[in-house]
Amino acid sequence: MPLLTVSEVSKSFGGIKALDGISFSVAENDVLGIIGLNGSGKTTAVNIISGFAKPGSGQVRFKDRDITGLPPHRIAGLGIARTFQTVRPFHNLPAFKNLIVPLYSPRIRKFTEGGRWGDRDAVALDLLEEVGFERDSYVPYKPASTLPHGYLRRLELARCLALKPDLLMTDELFSGLSASEVGSMVPLIEKLQTRGMTLIMVEHRLRELFRLANKIVVMDRGRKIAEGSPSEIVENSTVKETYLGAEL
Amino acid sequence: MARRLERIDRPIKVLTDDIYALSSIWNMLYVAVPRIFPALLVLLMPLLSPGAYGERVVIITAIYALLALSWDFISLSTGLVSLGQALFFGVGAYIAGLLNLHLGLSPILTLALATVLGASFCTALLAPCLPLRGIYFAMTTLVYPLLIARVIEATAIVGGTDGLVGIDSFPNAWVETYLVLIFLLGCGFGLRRFMTTDLGLVLRSISDNDQAARASGVNVTSHKLIALWIGAALGAFAGAYFTHLYMFVGLSAFSLDLSILPIACAVVGGMGTLAGPVVGAFILVPLAEMLRDLGTLRIVSYSLLLVALVLFKPEGLLSYLKRRYEQVERWVEV
Repeated sequence: MPLLTVSEVSKSFGGIKALDGISFSVAENDVLGIIGLNGSGKTTAVNIISGFAKPGSGQVRFKDRDITGLPPHRIAGLGIARTFQTVRPFHNLPAFKNLIVPLYSPRIRKFTEGGRWGDRDAVALDLLEEVGFERDSYVPYKPASTLPHGYLRRLELARCLALKPDLLMTDELFSGLSASEVGSMVPLIEKLQTRGMTLIMVEHRLRELFRLANKIVVMDRGRKIAEGSPSEIVENSTVKETYLGAEL
Repeated sequence: MARRLERIDRPIKVLTDDIYALSSIWNMLYVAVPRIFPALLVLLMPLLSPGAYGERVVIITAIYALLALSWDFISLSTGLVSLGQALFFGVGAYIAGLLNLHLGLSPILTLALATVLGASFCTALLAPCLPLRGIYFAMTTLVYPLLIARVIEATAIVGGTDGLVGIDSFPNAWVETYLVLIFLLGCGFGLRRFMTTDLGLVLRSISDNDQAARASGVNVTSHKLIALWIGAALGAFAGAYFTHLYMFVGLSAFSLDLSILPIACAVVGGMGTLAGPVVGAFILVPLAEMLRDLGTLRIVSYSLLLVALVLFKPEGLLSYLKRRYEQVERWVEV
């Protein structure tokens, strides 16, 4: 049984159909990549699954439960975490205090003790170390507003991991990162994968995505135009025409 | 040769950051004095100020300080700019007056009840506006006190334009003076402490970025309601206190001054610090009284001072003093 099923979901903004009857499903421990041109509805799909947008029609099921139209915090509480295309840290808080927010959410709160230098701080520092913050440096204690972009992307990922999600959705996780930063991020995703996490990755960097994902959905103008394993997608003629061009 | 201003933390500031067990007496004093000295000053102020008039000024200052603190707390913890402190004040003032007149409850009891009931009433009133942001929330909060004042005027309920008279005063002058001062200090220090707890951090994160807070599984609306209730409670307490102080409550309890002056106090003292607005109130309100001798020039000089403060110390006085206390500045050649 799939972990997440999106069936016949449509969404319009004014006269524009951002999503037009899109359906796909993600099985447990899958890494699903969603690719498509700008404006093809990738982020809208992520927004609908995570509750930030309500679909015009259609249904989203998670763990065999209808989650269509639930508010974002309820969906996060059920175990779906997401990153944002533009990083959204809590600028005024130190990096490790950013993670107090998900650790304080009802989903996690019961497992951790609060207080000054309590469990939550320790868990937060562990999580930051895991995503590549240098633990013995000042970096985890710096205000998020002073961190460079690469660290903010990692912080965003750590904020999601703090929720102990069953499904993690990343929206262009690699965008704005240097080649070496991407190179260190890929093993991190692979580690999550071996730990049994299910991922949906919206991505423009195909080289890395095709290495990580075991299933790809290609979108164009709100519709799904192809679905299959990375090797099938590379060979697909429709995809070549509309998206990939001749280079692959 | 170009020069730039360099700011470095004082050694003692770094020493006293977070480590307390091994601190020397000087380190402890360095941490304690900026907290204890202002608190003592506030408590001694009624004794230092001459006569009943001076005491009255101190009380009014404390009432405005509570409103300013309430404004700053709401803006810090929800990111919402409220232009309606007069709503909290007026609702608290009328509830205290009505409870005292009709049920004959003692002032201490009405204070407690007006704080809780007033805060709940205001929170319920503003709850539908919580999804609004920025100028839209500000406009709705601005309108509510004016609206309630006009309703009271038009329907002549709760005394109409005459207001409610014959309300009991406090049992004695000591209670009258010190209850509000102690409440103010308790709230000031308590809220500052509260903002460093995990719940406080979550509230600050909501004002910072509510989308990310939602994605982190936090129910933003219910947290905003908690913050609004606390802010409204401070305002309602201030209003109820005012009612018993003057033994009267009228439509002036909803006046625009009560919404605007707290914001001026917060700006002068330093927004987002919680202590700053209190400091601002203790500067602006007594200053307005001192300038009374100037007659018609009073408002002019007051306004000029306000503009000068905002222009030259935009960070707020408290933030400036804190910076000087914690850091040394020097010019270095680059």
